[in-house]
Amino acid sequence: MHNKTIAQIARELAAGEYSSVEITQALLSRIEQLDPVYNSFITVTPEQALAQAKAADELRAAGQAGIWTGVPMAHKDIFCTNGVLTTCGSRMLGNFVAPYDATVVSNFNAAGAVCLGKTNLDEFAMGSSNESSFYGAVKNPWDLERVPGGSSGGSAAAVAARLVPGATATDTGGSIRQPAALCGITGIKPTYGRVSRWGMIAYASSLDQGGVMTRTSEDAAMMLNVMAGFDPKDSTCVDRAVPDYTATLNDSIEGLTIGLPKEYFSADLDPAMAQQVRAAVAEFEKMGAKVKEISLPNTHLAIPVYYVIAPSECSANLSRMDGVRFGHRVADPKDINDLYKRSRSEGFGAEVKRRIMVGTYALSAGFYDAYYLKAQQVRRLIKNDFVEAFKEVDVIMGPVTPTPAFRAGEKTSDPVSMYLEDIFTIALNLAGLPGMSIPCGTVNNLPVGLQLIGNYFEEGRLLNLGHKFQQATDWHQQAPAGLV
Amino acid sequence: MALEQDQVLAIAELCRLQISDAEVAEYQKNLSNILDLVDQLAAVDTSDVAPMAHPLDAVQRLRADQVTETNQREHFQKIAPATENGHYLVPRVIE
Repeated sequence: MHNKTIAQIARELAAGEYSSVEITQALLSRIEQLDPVYNSFITVTPEQALAQAKAADELRAAGQAGIWTGVPMAHKDIFCTNGVLTTCGSRMLGNFVAPYDATVVSNFNAAGAVCLGKTNLDEFAMGSSNESSFYGAVKNPWDLERVPGGSSGGSAAAVAARLVPGATATDTGGSIRQPAALCGITGIKPTYGRVSRWGMIAYASSLDQGGVMTRTSEDAAMMLNVMAGFDPKDSTCVDRAVPDYTATLNDSIEGLTIGLPKEYFSADLDPAMAQQVRAAVAEFEKMGAKVKEISLPNTHLAIPVYYVIAPSECSANLSRMDGVRFGHRVADPKDINDLYKRSRSEGFGAEVKRRIMVGTYALSAGFYDAYYLKAQQVRRLIKNDFVEAFKEVDVIMGPVTPTPAFRAGEKTSDPVSMYLEDIFTIALNLAGLPGMSIPCGTVNNLPVGLQLIGNYFEEGRLLNLGHKFQQATDWHQQAPAGLV
Repeated sequence: MALEQDQVLAIAELCRLQISDAEVAEYQKNLSNILDLVDQLAAVDTSDVAPMAHPLDAVQRLRADQVTETNQREHFQKIAPATENGHYLVPRVIE
């Protein structure tokens, strides 16, 4: 049961080969059996899942089933789920039972999906290794000594270990694409504003975007069909029609021009990975695409810009975590200031505190122009690089990460070395562009990701390219030893 | 840019975070390293570049000034650490 894709489950449920309760039970017992090793879930919700599965089976018996009715999935524990613990990987929200559903969660509920639980993540989505979760590090199913990437490392490990066929995730600087690459699965971050952020706990509001992690591009298209769309409750959500992403999966890519940014094939990139990425691009050439070298000259400024903008926005967003209305509150506060300070100091981990402090400093009197305003100006230069590039090419391709999955503990003592892990992914969040990672090879038996970057609202094109590649190759079917 | 220890403590106070004496040096080192990383921006010429707040340069939508939400005070206060008569309780602020 566990190696089935979303598309396959939807078909087989419709054909009556098994019930939603049966597949839900099978996956729940697999999670119970295997997840103590990976720690990919913070909360598993068997009772709710089986109730949803039973309701789905009844709906189907009544002839009212849709495509998603009874299909199991999971949510990253950053999406609020009514009546279910929503921790965001933090001690601060260790007792936070969300009083409402995120729009993304409502959408999946309305479609009839079955949620198996909430997946682990770096605390408040700040990290590239999933080691900063208060609920313990997540293990990479390909090598338990290595990290799954982050911040959506729980969603990535759960999908790679075949515990669930798909999971929601979020991406602020690479948090979908990087763990997808490190765990050998498919992940897409849509255009900023494509998916509602309402009820998705905010890290950096001008960068955060919800997306999906699956094993195939087809499954990602099916999930995005449920998630994408306008939401009046998110003031930055874009009011624009959503195409059926599954309808264009098989479109021809004949004559399409692929841009390869020379800055993405620099000395930072592991040569063995560069070879895999170029071999993947050659696969598209075989299908009739053309390749052109391009330049994104401000690439080296993406990380410095990000580490002003993201901490600044997080320092403002996380000020709501004050121990007054919800979340962790210290015992016996002496006065209001003591309540704030000790609740926050106990509730937040080291990386979250660092980013709040950097952001507070960057926004403080006398420094705003030199840091935040300057970063927003350079951010436009980075966006303009892409705008120029898309005048010449239809899609941009390159690596997702400079190296395959690194060892746990390797980068935790030096925050800046961890930040450099996102060197090829961060610029897209700054520009607001859609990006996707698909498995395209292995190096030393560790997965390598190919990054596909599209113009604004070109998610359909990326999913189409991913699907064509997955029709021609079998990298996406490779699994960690013993897990298929 | 290197931060002094008293700057680290002043920032922590602004953030309402408590940093122990043993942690100050570590924060000083890590925050200074992060600021060194971002100091590269100072060298970039951004004269005539408008700051970018939204990737699609969207502006905030306005809505009609009408009540659309229902009162769910009791529901939301169920998860609060301490409440009384519909109010959130905190240590006494005004004597």
